[in-house]
Amino acid sequence: MLKLEGVAKSFQAGTVNEKHALQGVDLHLAPGDFACVVGSNGAGKSTLFGAIAGSFVPDSGRVVLDGEDITFTPEHRRSRKIGRLFQDPLKGTAPHMTIEENMALAYLRASQGRHLFGGIRAKDRAFFKERLAQLGLGLEDRMGQQVGLLSGGQRQALTLLMATLVTPKLLLLDEHTAALDPATADKILELTQKIVAENGITCLAITHNLKSSLEMGNRTLMMDRGRIVLDVQGKERAAMTMDDLLARFHENAGRALDNDRILLSK
Amino acid sequence: MALLLKGAVETGFIYALVALALYLSFRVLDIADLTTDGSFVLGSAVSAVLASAGHPVLGLLGGFLAGCLAGLVTAFLHTRMKVQAILAGIITMTGLYTVNLWVMGGRADLQLLRVDTVFTKMQKLAGPLAAKLIVTGIAAGGMALLLGLFLKTQLGLSLRATGDNRDMVSASSVDPALTITVGLSLANGLTALSGAVLAQYQMASSVSLGTGVVVIGLASLIIGEVLVGRGGVARGVLGAVLGAVVYRILMVIALKNSPSPSNMKLISALIVAVAISWPAAAQWLKLKKRQKAAKGGREKC
Repeated sequence: MLKLEGVAKSFQAGTVNEKHALQGVDLHLAPGDFACVVGSNGAGKSTLFGAIAGSFVPDSGRVVLDGEDITFTPEHRRSRKIGRLFQDPLKGTAPHMTIEENMALAYLRASQGRHLFGGIRAKDRAFFKERLAQLGLGLEDRMGQQVGLLSGGQRQALTLLMATLVTPKLLLLDEHTAALDPATADKILELTQKIVAENGITCLAITHNLKSSLEMGNRTLMMDRGRIVLDVQGKERAAMTMDDLLARFHENAGRALDNDRILLSK
Repeated sequence: MALLLKGAVETGFIYALVALALYLSFRVLDIADLTTDGSFVLGSAVSAVLASAGHPVLGLLGGFLAGCLAGLVTAFLHTRMKVQAILAGIITMTGLYTVNLWVMGGRADLQLLRVDTVFTKMQKLAGPLAAKLIVTGIAAGGMALLLGLFLKTQLGLSLRATGDNRDMVSASSVDPALTITVGLSLANGLTALSGAVLAQYQMASSVSLGTGVVVIGLASLIIGEVLVGRGGVARGVLGAVLGAVVYRILMVIALKNSPSPSNMKLISALIVAVAISWPAAAQWLKLKKRQKAAKGGREKC
């Protein structure tokens, strides 16, 4: 479904601050794969997401989604096929627009060829209501309210729903529960897994939690200094403990994982 | 006084178009678009020239389209050439000064003497008393309605999201460069339409007509927000129109009690300054009040 071939990206190239954020990353995700990405700060996780979502064009390499080379496709065009959630729950929704209007905007993704001057139709409204009800947060009765009035967790749930309103080819989750309180984070994670499973969405998720990186989805990737240093799945992954994961990381990366947040979450 | 008030409502309706334009650029898109001063004159110039040639209705349409083009230039500089929005507007506005002189055939002023305008046309239908009120009312009401409806469409929603959360827009399938371009074009079209109606209303156009229009428009917008509150498209467009009318009425009252008409600029500036600083001043007063209360309630320890 997603194929990266030798994707490299440097920031501030040619200066003393030159940073090789991605150093030839190869990755292949099969349809329906749900891979968790772990790594220290600066390992290149977010840059990897940026390369896939189209925030920048990589210095070299190719990005292929569903058989189509999207290396040079602008971000807003890719987003018709790629849903993306950020750590900051405020990033994914427009606060001064109503829930219904936000959803209509997300629905644009599917409305290719639909009239630019069309409004929100009764049919759309019913569809939004039905999907909102699935969140179980009671938001379906507040569709006319401004999104700015919702809590962070509610906004992230809404963002999740918007990103999957039209099933994307790929869902990118950039630590989307890290800014929420533990109970809300669990709820959002549960919702995420439910929606991903129901629709068979191919998914790539950054996490700082070693435990959930082994439990969630079907694959675990570890990144270090711009490279993917570990990629486990299937039986091998099922048999792994967190300590195994850290040991394998040490072996492959040539150094121990040094991220307090990750180690503390053990 | 009644006649003065009627005039104030009429000009209020005309300037309401500028307030609507600024609602679109300043509030919805969150861009301070200084093209406004230039596109306002552009609209009036195009309208005056076409009305002189015997096409008053075409003059309004032409003024609107010319304004859209001016907005397009600013949007191009800003979105494609990455010039800061405020500077892009200033560049366009400066260039427009010369363009406006060209349009008026090199003259700084253009009088419309014994020329057919949309107002004289309406006079034949509705009589001399109501004609001006009807035309300006239709212009303000019609455009407010159209803008309100537009902002509810798919394109309109994308535009609002662009100003509300840029992060979200680039991560959803909206091209912010496109929405900004559409928004600035429409906004300057509306501003120019305001100038176009004004030229036929006062039977004259002048290159200096636009000085401070953006400030007056912003003041109207903020007065409207104070009156009807913020939030929602319906409230936004209603506030813009109402604010513009109230601004003109305040102006008439201020001028009536002033010994000389040349005080007008200073009075405008004062009204604008007070209107724009209102929210900050209110907050400061509130803070002072709380501080005072906190001091009074100090415990002994």
